Amino acid sequence: MTTTTATTPAKYWNGGKSPFNVEYGKLMMWYFLMSDAFTFGAFLISYGTTRFATTGWPNANEVFSSYPFKPEGSSPAPLIFVSIMTFILIISSVTMVLAVHAGHNMDKKGVVKYLILTILGGLAFLGCQAWEWTHLFHEGAWWGRNPFPNSDGTISTTNFTNFFFTITGFHGFHVFSGVVINVVMLIMALFNKFEQRGHYLMIEKAGLYWHFVDLVWVFVFTCFYLI
Amino acid sequence: MSNEATLHANVDVMVPHEIHHGEHHEIHHHHESFISKYVFSQDHKMIGKQFLITGMFWAVLGGLMSVLFRLQLGYPDSTFPWLEDLIGKWGKGGHISAEAYYALVTTHGTVLVFFVLTAGLSGTFANLLIPLQVGARDMASPFMNMLSYWFFFMASVVMLSSIFVETGPFSGGWTAYPPLSALGSASPGSKTGMDLWIIAMALFVVSSLLGGLNYIVTILNMRTKGMSMTRLPLTIWALFFTAVLGVLSFPVLLSGFILLIFDRNFGTSFYLSDIYVNGVGALPNEGGSAILFQHLFWFLGHPEVYIILLPAMGMVSEILATNARKPIFGYMAMVGSLFAIAILAFLVWAHHMFVTGLNPFLGSIFVLLTLLIAVPSAIKVFNWITTLWRGNIRFTPAMLFAIGFVSLFISGGLTGIWLGNSALDIHLHDTYFVIAHFHIVMGVASMFGMFAGIYHWFPKMYGKYLNNNLGYIHFWLTMIGAYLIFWPMHYEGLAGMPRRYYDYSAWESFKQFVELNRFISTVAMIVFAVQLLFLFNFFYSIFKGRKLTTQNPWGSNTLEWTTPINPGHGNWVGEIPEVYRWAYDYGKDGKDFIPQTTPVGADESTDH
Ligand code: HEM
Ligand SMILES: [Cu+2]
Repeated sequence: MTTTTATTPAKYWNGGKSPFNVEYGKLMMWYFLMSDAFTFGAFLISYGTTRFATTGWPNANEVFSSYPFKPEGSSPAPLIFVSIMTFILIISSVTMVLAVHAGHNMDKKGVVKYLILTILGGLAFLGCQAWEWTHLFHEGAWWGRNPFPNSDGTISTTNFTNFFFTITGFHGFHVFSGVVINVVMLIMALFNKFEQRGHYLMIEKAGLYWHFVDLVWVFVFTCFYLI
Repeated sequence: MSNEATLHANVDVMVPHEIHHGEHHEIHHHHESFISKYVFSQDHKMIGKQFLITGMFWAVLGGLMSVLFRLQLGYPDSTFPWLEDLIGKWGKGGHISAEAYYALVTTHGTVLVFFVLTAGLSGTFANLLIPLQVGARDMASPFMNMLSYWFFFMASVVMLSSIFVETGPFSGGWTAYPPLSALGSASPGSKTGMDLWIIAMALFVVSSLLGGLNYIVTILNMRTKGMSMTRLPLTIWALFFTAVLGVLSFPVLLSGFILLIFDRNFGTSFYLSDIYVNGVGALPNEGGSAILFQHLFWFLGHPEVYIILLPAMGMVSEILATNARKPIFGYMAMVGSLFAIAILAFLVWAHHMFVTGLNPFLGSIFVLLTLLIAVPSAIKVFNWITTLWRGNIRFTPAMLFAIGFVSLFISGGLTGIWLGNSALDIHLHDTYFVIAHFHIVMGVASMFGMFAGIYHWFPKMYGKYLNNNLGYIHFWLTMIGAYLIFWPMHYEGLAGMPRRYYDYSAWESFKQFVELNRFISTVAMIVFAVQLLFLFNFFYSIFKGRKLTTQNPWGSNTLEWTTPINPGHGNWVGEIPEVYRWAYDYGKDGKDFIPQTTPVGADESTDH
């Protein structure tokens, strides 16, 4: 490696500059996200092993089949509501990309506009989650309580709800932190902090975090609702 | 990234804001308040000292605990009335109670592994050495670095407070296996003590994350001009892999703890199933598995032992080369073996679980991966010995401790190979053989690495020398004592003597070890006393030690010795020096040593 870099003009690894051409904060964010990925990985693998070591498991299509203001007696709507939630979160990732892009162009107006949309998306997702949790709670589900039978009709262990609330809760906490971070970014943008610095790099870091949280949701969604 | 942004980013990268700050300080004789200099300091050198002193506090307390429980093991029939004065109801009638014994063993293990040999070791030397040896004014984020210490401090306060609660500190072993850790009703220590234990450990994880991220990006991003990765001193490589291990393994422990908190407080069954508990009856829980916690714990636990060992390895490499006046043998092999160890560290955790009912086929895969660690370990040992070979050795106390480290690492590594065979482990698991193995290879060896580091870098930390004669006494008594304490434990373990028992006198088969246990306990107390000698040397020398008269007392090549004797915040007055060579040009071309800052001469051959 030393010999190749010594002959090429860009001596990325030779000291005096960042080998990846990024400032330290972004590098730190990447390592933090790797670390966080291990936290979620550990949760999801724990969930998977417990589930496969258990003889029966509730059917997600039956558990998650409601939505707000659903008319009494109407036919179940499996996974409709969570699909909308997921869609909202993914759209908020798109608006985040647009905010970062506007930052590259030093377009303050664009940054503000798309950050607000991203924050709204995050809040909408959290609202949906709050509704879903309340709904499940009223059906008798909570940590340590599971009213849903296994798909074969036998009595289920409580680990379905235990893992569901723990992992979606932990993810929701991440979304909440992301919203807080985005609000801080928005305030800083409104007060021209980034204009003064001459760059919107901080938005990029917030964006990395936001995309990560979205990506994690895809896995959580798959594990709890689809499989 | 747009061009402007890239440019700006690079300005940030190349000229960290501390530069101006640092130079400013040097020139104007800054006015720092006591608070900003000694308490909420953002200077990596001061933070390193804070970690060191806090670590030393815990080492004394943890060591004292081991003296107390060795008292029980060595003299189970004697009574010590002063115990009741010291620890109250835990020592009623001059006898340590069973609960107190388990609480002592658990707290000893936890604080020595995490607070002393992780925070006290990495925290101290990563902070002190990374900016100094890569040529940076400070860490990438001095503020996060400060937070890292204060999270550790809070963890310490919470852990300390757990010793004083009514029901005592946690007593289920440093590995905190459920059900003891998950059921408040399981034992006195499982109540408030365990809550505090988890809180302390969670704070500790945050501290280690904040520190680790900083160490990684500082090493990658803030190396001075010319300091390519292959010119880094081995200390830095070791600290780099340590930080990566920590950043990737502690979060898994955190997940495990979160599930544990739910099991303890919210009626979940992640780790609990319908077991029967004496005095409580059958549990209502269903479907959980205690083994799940073991997986999560050891996924951190095994990397953790290397988090403890790697910094010691790095410092030892540096100290051996410096004091043998020879280049380190096989630099790239040293880096490669560190890398291999870091990778393998993630792939062997189940060797702690061979007897949990693990599928024997899976076990055999873990045997293979575990024994593979012997390869990079052996490479390192051979390279250290070859570095010493025909060296012009200066036996400073640091050098003695470094050589002692190599000896201990060999002794303890060899028993690892026994344990790594799952068939042998059926006999050896949970016996004193394991205790002997990990105390020698991890506990004492890393302690030796830490001592070596302290003796070697004390002049950089305080501008004074430690007293050499006290250092020699400290070394020899500790070295001999450590072997006398832990070597016999192999025999006890081979004879089947289990670990974590309160009193062995009820077993006919262990009567033969009564004398031996007494002997071990006696030596343990002597060795503990010798450490107090070191403490005296340390604090006395800070104030009254012989003053340094030269910037580079050991004739070293690395950058920290190009700073002033008492460097200010910012480390170098004026420009940061540029680097032209690796750190190990000792005894080259008839020169005793050539610092990294010396440009390569016209007729000099370079290999790095
Ligand atoms: C060739 C290298 C090594 C091998 C093959 C090895 C293997 C093992 C095995 C199989 C065990 C489990 C024994 C049991 O509980 O029955 C064990 C325990 C342990 N090892 Fe090692 N080891 C090696 C090196 C190390 C090193 C370098 C360290 C630390 C720096 C270390 C620290 C520990 C600790 C702390 C434990 C016991 C933890 C506990 O149960 O409380 N080992 N080792
Ligand atoms: Cu291990």
